[in-house]
Amino acid sequence: MAADSIRLLDLVGDFVTGQVDSKATDVANGVKSGQFSILQLVEALGLSLTSSESQTRGRGVQLLSQVLEECYTSLSEREVEVLVAFYENRLKDHYAITPHVLHGLKALAKCTVLPKGSAVSILKSLFQDVHVQSLMLAERSCVYNILISLMESREEELKGLGPDFVFGFVQAVDGERDPRNLLLAFQIARNIIHRGYNLSQFTEELFEVTSCYFPIDFTPPPNDPHGITQEELIQALRAVLTGTAQFAEFLLPLIIEKLDSDMQNAKVDSLQTLAACASVYGHKELSDFLPSLWSSIRREVFQTASESVESAGLSALRALTSCLCRSVLTSNSEDSLHVFLDLVLKDCQHHLCEPDLKLVWPSAKLLQAASGASYRASLIVTAVVLPTLLEQYSSRTQCAQRRTLLEVVQGFIQPTASSWPAEGEETVLQPFRKSLCSVVFSALAESNASLQITAAKVLTKLGQQPGVLAQPDVEMAVDHLSRLVLEEHDAKVSLAVAECAGSLSRLHPAPFASRMIPKLKQEIFSEPTVREDDFDLLPGQSRDAGRQRCIMALASVSTQPSLVRESAPVLLQMLAAAHTGSRIFSVEEVVSVCCSLQRIADQTPNTEEMGHFFHDVVIPRLLTLSLHAALQGENESGHSSPLIEEAVLSAIVPVINTACAALQTELATTMAAQAVYLFLDGDVSFLPENDCPSKIQLLRSQSWTQSQLVCLLMACVCSLPHSVDIPEFDRLLGQLEELSCTSTHPFSYTSAAKCFAGLINKRAAGQTLDGVLEKTLRRISVTLDNQSSAQRIQAFNLLVWMTKALLLRYHPLSAVLTDKVFSLMSDCLLASQAADCFELLMSDSPDVLNRSCHADVRIMYRQRFFAENSGKIVQGFNCAEQGKKSVYLKALSHIVNNLPRQVQLTELPSLLPVLLEALSCPDQVVQLSTLCCLQPALLDPPPALSTQLEALFSRLLPLTASPSMKVRIASLRCVHALSQLPEHMVLPFRAQVLRALASPLDDKKRLVRKEAVLARGEWFLIGSPGGR
Amino acid sequence: MSGGARLENANPLIFQRTGERLLTASEEDEDVADPIDDREIFDILLTPNYSYDPEHPLSLEELNVVEQVRVKVNDEESTVSVEFTPTIPHCSMATLIGLSVKVKLLRSLPARFKIDVHITPGTHVSEDAVNKQLADKERVAAALENSQLLEVVNQCLSTRPA
Repeated sequence: MAADSIRLLDLVGDFVTGQVDSKATDVANGVKSGQFSILQLVEALGLSLTSSESQTRGRGVQLLSQVLEECYTSLSEREVEVLVAFYENRLKDHYAITPHVLHGLKALAKCTVLPKGSAVSILKSLFQDVHVQSLMLAERSCVYNILISLMESREEELKGLGPDFVFGFVQAVDGERDPRNLLLAFQIARNIIHRGYNLSQFTEELFEVTSCYFPIDFTPPPNDPHGITQEELIQALRAVLTGTAQFAEFLLPLIIEKLDSDMQNAKVDSLQTLAACASVYGHKELSDFLPSLWSSIRREVFQTASESVESAGLSALRALTSCLCRSVLTSNSEDSLHVFLDLVLKDCQHHLCEPDLKLVWPSAKLLQAASGASYRASLIVTAVVLPTLLEQYSSRTQCAQRRTLLEVVQGFIQPTASSWPAEGEETVLQPFRKSLCSVVFSALAESNASLQITAAKVLTKLGQQPGVLAQPDVEMAVDHLSRLVLEEHDAKVSLAVAECAGSLSRLHPAPFASRMIPKLKQEIFSEPTVREDDFDLLPGQSRDAGRQRCIMALASVSTQPSLVRESAPVLLQMLAAAHTGSRIFSVEEVVSVCCSLQRIADQTPNTEEMGHFFHDVVIPRLLTLSLHAALQGENESGHSSPLIEEAVLSAIVPVINTACAALQTELATTMAAQAVYLFLDGDVSFLPENDCPSKIQLLRSQSWTQSQLVCLLMACVCSLPHSVDIPEFDRLLGQLEELSCTSTHPFSYTSAAKCFAGLINKRAAGQTLDGVLEKTLRRISVTLDNQSSAQRIQAFNLLVWMTKALLLRYHPLSAVLTDKVFSLMSDCLLASQAADCFELLMSDSPDVLNRSCHADVRIMYRQRFFAENSGKIVQGFNCAEQGKKSVYLKALSHIVNNLPRQVQLTELPSLLPVLLEALSCPDQVVQLSTLCCLQPALLDPPPALSTQLEALFSRLLPLTASPSMKVRIASLRCVHALSQLPEHMVLPFRAQVLRALASPLDDKKRLVRKEAVLARGEWFLIGSPGGR
Repeated sequence: MSGGARLENANPLIFQRTGERLLTASEEDEDVADPIDDREIFDILLTPNYSYDPEHPLSLEELNVVEQVRVKVNDEESTVSVEFTPTIPHCSMATLIGLSVKVKLLRSLPARFKIDVHITPGTHVSEDAVNKQLADKERVAAALENSQLLEVVNQCLSTRPA
């Protein structure tokens, strides 16, 4: 005991007279561990605290405060009471001691056992004895923290102080300049407002002391040590200013004044603050200021060139309007919403009658913002605006004016979330249904493309609101759309019509089924009329183009099962007609029929019903047609079916893929069995018109027309969900391997290899799978090692697809396969294919081994592949002899090009030397893919680049004269991107670049000149006044 | 330019823009040479304004200052002639607009071209004076030596919003 107290005395002595700061921690630890009590410490300090030297007293108080900050939780109520009294008294002491006293008080204020009345007395002495703004930063922060702690724990007592508390705070904070302290001060002010402290006569003072910071203009210091942003301060201050309606009479004039400012930020901040306070205020607070607020908002939206000011202005107007909508009507006063909207309408409405002039747009936006505030507001606004617009539409005859008017109308007919009619209210468009429809239909009948497009958009919006279009209107709309599909040549109009039809058919399928689809079908199958003037027609006007639009339209409207049942048979019928030759359809048309079928499969809801439809009708039909065409083979006499063309089969694959990927488990299992037995045993029982010869063996057929059907097998079995078990798996794999290794028809052996890959990718891991894989790998290796073998290409192809399948699922064998591919890069015959295969390995294949086919694709497999193999490529590059280096560069650029951008950026510094080397490689493919990979990286350049700029420019600039147009364009884009680097880095190259870019300005290709103009324009601005 | 137009003419007449030039197959063909045509020059003049919002700020085309029919180029003889129309006859920015157009073309066309920029006849009160200034090589060069003037021209030609 005695030893402890002697030790304590030593520690205190060391701290106070010896100036050893670390002793404070030792004392605090002693107190915390119970070695000494606070009382003992005070006793030990005794002399220092009463010393006549202010410095000694300061040290004493500092020690006590530091200990208290560590152990305020363990104090008893009695101790706290005594300490508080002591500290309050010390506030009157020498100014040098005050900082330490405040730190002590801050610790005490956090005590949970603070006795009743202490909080008030602390505050009173604080406000009375301390002049906060003459303190240092840290001590001011102490004062704010004391206030915050006390407000948290002693709210009732502080409220007992009445307005004195607010006054004390106002005095303390007046003149604060540090952003860190301001955040604390704003927090206190917000608490005062939100927790109902009595402001009474100090309302204006509290507003003054906070609003003097509005609007906040703060730029964090360059290295930003405290992480305070301007946005944070703005939000904190806004919460104070908009916290109470009592501030309204002061805040609104301030906002109006600040809106006059020239600073764009000030305008935006003011408008946003206005929008925020409108959600707190009622009509009473706003009413006096409405006319001037409106005129400020109007002025900003009319005049501004900045989108942020405009959108802030519009939101402020919307907030004001919805505030007025909430106000309760009294019988004796006029409806303030009406009064305000009358004001808005008076100022904006007449601009809507001048569709040529600029102000029509901002006026329309203002009115739309007001109307979107609530249902009631939209009733009032549309009742005035729509008749004006519709009348203007009929009185104007120029298409450009009509289009502008219609675009404005479009903005008014779409209700916002807050103006959507409630249950039992009818749409605000009710009185205008007839006239709106007639305007839209007349616009659709015009010959001006942009007018038609706008009309289609308006029609879409009308159709999306229930109860606007009546049955006859919809039928009329469908007739118009059908006519446009059949007759309109403009590509943009067709697109807009297709979108509109798609959206309307979702809600009103019946008229589309009964009116549009039969018309389209009739057009597709109509006899070609012999027209002499066919040659004079523009490209879009021929019959083929019309049929093309019908095919697309069938897909667009197939949004509901009932429509799919009508449209898909038409398309299948087209395929059948093309196959039999009863109608002549070109291969392109047959391909686009397949694309439409694929779109239908893609967009139909994934229901059991649709699953059955595709499984029972569409897929068997497609298989039958292809099978018939294949068996018929190449017909020497005249017609051969387009369904044996590779392009057509490749288009059928995605149809089956998409349909199969969506099948439910039960149907999928049947599908798998049917497809497998069809291809293995020639079982055609599930196909319609199964009049095929028995014993067909598609996978062993010598005829390429039959063997290439393996792509359809791939489509059927490789896109099914994981859970589906493929029957006869081993036999199937065996035959696929055989086909892919021995066939001489490229489409057949590639499809077989893909199918093989698709199957092994999903197969459960285990010994059986490994056995199969090793057997195949042995066969591939043997073929590849035999330099004279005729089947090396096939074996290589299978190797690549197998590698991809295993790579995606992180199968251990994939490393062996990858090494095999790498070893082929030094092969004399396969080297260039080996380099190109990395493109295939790294990119997504559209028809197999992707996520929509339910393939087993691990996340970030590309990064992993890059991490494991980039070293090997760089090493291979360094070891290769001069003529063969380009193979490695090509492989590398394929891999890097397919990496996600984030990874590219992090890897770029290490790859930069090789990429620069690649730019001087004579192979144009390497040049192009390197440029494509560099360009995005140059937009956000890594620091490593700065030292390489010299080398980069000396390689880039000659490429702008490359014989390949794509290389010229890509290199110019890179030069353009480089102009965005910091000025000091690129200025030395300015003259050289401008000189070099003079000759591409006269390039023979327009696309090259365009890039050169852009790039040169930017380079001229570097280092020039006003440029940057 | 938009700043000046706003002060003098707050609610100008606006004209519809032509769409983007459609890409033709021959333009993508390596072996075909595409001559420089009127539309290409027109697009060069409008490039800085293409990326903006449809209403704000208005492009030279929407204000009808530059029209495609008033742009004439002859690739073989290496001559370009551009007529521009100030929004109002006393527009104080006419010289600046003309200078910007001229500088833009000087920077974007091969050196073999002779560039002629002038005001559409009968659309500006001091048409002759402005045309004379723009045609005088020495005066254009001198104007671009003036760093304040160059700053304004560069701002007009910058693709970044101010």
